[in-house]
Amino acid sequence: MNLTGEERALLDGADGPGIARAMEILVALGQVFDAPRMVPVLNAQISGISFKNIGQSGLDFLADWADLGARVQVPAYMNPGGVDRELWEDLGISQEFADKQFRVVSTLERMGVTPFLSCTPYHGLTGPEPGQHLAWSESSAVIYANSVLGARTNREGGPSALAAAIAGRTPAYGLHTDAGRLACLRARVKVKNLRDISQFGALGYLAGQRAGSRVVLFENLALPGNQAKRTWALKSLGSAMAAAGAVGLFHIAGMTPEARDPNHLPLAPDAEYIEIDDLEPAYAALGGRSAGEVDLVFIGCPHLSRGELQLLIEALRGRVVKTRLFLTSSQIVRAWARETGALDELFEMGVRLLADTCVVVAPLAEMNIRSVATNSAKAAVYIPSHHGIPVFLGTLDQCLTAAETGQWTS
Amino acid sequence: MDELNCRAIRQGSAAGDVLKSPVAIGFFGHVDPATGTVLEPGHPLLGQSIAGRVLAFPHAKGSTVGSYVLYALRKNGVAPAAMLLEECETIVAVGAIIADIPTFDHIDLSKLADGDRVIVAGGRVLRDEPLATPKLASVEHREAQISGI
Repeated sequence: MNLTGEERALLDGADGPGIARAMEILVALGQVFDAPRMVPVLNAQISGISFKNIGQSGLDFLADWADLGARVQVPAYMNPGGVDRELWEDLGISQEFADKQFRVVSTLERMGVTPFLSCTPYHGLTGPEPGQHLAWSESSAVIYANSVLGARTNREGGPSALAAAIAGRTPAYGLHTDAGRLACLRARVKVKNLRDISQFGALGYLAGQRAGSRVVLFENLALPGNQAKRTWALKSLGSAMAAAGAVGLFHIAGMTPEARDPNHLPLAPDAEYIEIDDLEPAYAALGGRSAGEVDLVFIGCPHLSRGELQLLIEALRGRVVKTRLFLTSSQIVRAWARETGALDELFEMGVRLLADTCVVVAPLAEMNIRSVATNSAKAAVYIPSHHGIPVFLGTLDQCLTAAETGQWTS
Repeated sequence: MDELNCRAIRQGSAAGDVLKSPVAIGFFGHVDPATGTVLEPGHPLLGQSIAGRVLAFPHAKGSTVGSYVLYALRKNGVAPAAMLLEECETIVAVGAIIADIPTFDHIDLSKLADGDRVIVAGGRVLRDEPLATPKLASVEHREAQISGI
């Protein structure tokens, strides 16, 4: 790997041990993946925030790095953690867990990382522009930035994204390169009339399983006309692909930034061709065709935008909610909901709009939650493995009906 | 003493006895950060400690939080002496740096057996004769070497 004189000096400790450690991590990754050089990044997005996931080992590591004087050189944003900073006591989370979570956040703040605590940094922040290089680590945000926004980031881990933020650069391999962005799997969609958000997730789940870590090109995929619903469909599709496989980029022929011209599609010469004509296997694998009691209905994986929240409020009107119903989003969207009165309207319906957190990374056992219904295929992939409880994947209407009855019936 | 072909991910000096896993190792949730004991049900190394050993395995699997587990093993004094892999990926590369564990990949694992003494220094990986009483497989291996097969 070719380093500039400045990079070599940083690695040798010219700016202190904090940034030297960051450079060591980045150089090791560059070597592993045969990167010829480093590339500057616009910003970074850091996962591994929830204390439930990183535990004491992760907290100790972050604190030691902060003690070495490590500070970010470019803007960096935290992924969701395990608690809502305003509502955690109400939700039954223990003081002990909350204290540990706040220590993770304050340690990262000491390094200059912004407590954005959302998995959707593309809602509410400006940019990125197509072609800009990033170091993001939340897998659903990575795939959205690459696929929908045309920016360039690999699927970083928490420490490598933080290293990139501290050094202001990342090794240029994989999805940072033109060749790494060509599709090696061409998936023709033969399912007609995709209407519900969960269907895009189900499609993403099946495509992600087939793709592994390959870039995917979808053909014959029509998206909803409504702008908010269209964005929601893209988030649902991508997040499921990134959870069921290790996919960091998809193209949609005729639509996404790098596949708009149908005569010049970004396809590798030896790309495999598959057809997807049935979404049932995804619903069956993700609990959608089983039955049982529902403790919690969860909508907002990935975090909701304003437009998605408006669609939800419309869908909720006239319903009487019986189970717990959590919506998750960022503080920016919740502040907007508070200003417009939507937060009060939701509260009166018995619906909680949570920020800073997510049902996938929250301590559900402490909150006494034993089963979850959701319209998010990504959440349905992770909830059983992270929490050991059943999940039911279904349409938004099925989920909201389950909130009224407390039952999942397939 | 044989030298093994390899690529250095993290250089350093170390020596220890090989603990070999024929299958991938998941560090997060599957290795106890306090003791270095492998906890994964059904794993061939279940119940064995990786502390102080030259851990030879094809590659890592599972959560990227595994890097932090390697860091915790180091802080708790129970890290492996070195790691030898077929193919290093992000979890091990980051873990090797932050935990300062000499780590090498592109290793032909078929050339290593449990109990082999390995020394790493100066970016090289050297395999010595086993110090402990060799297991049957190792004896056969050495007899094969002696008879020139």
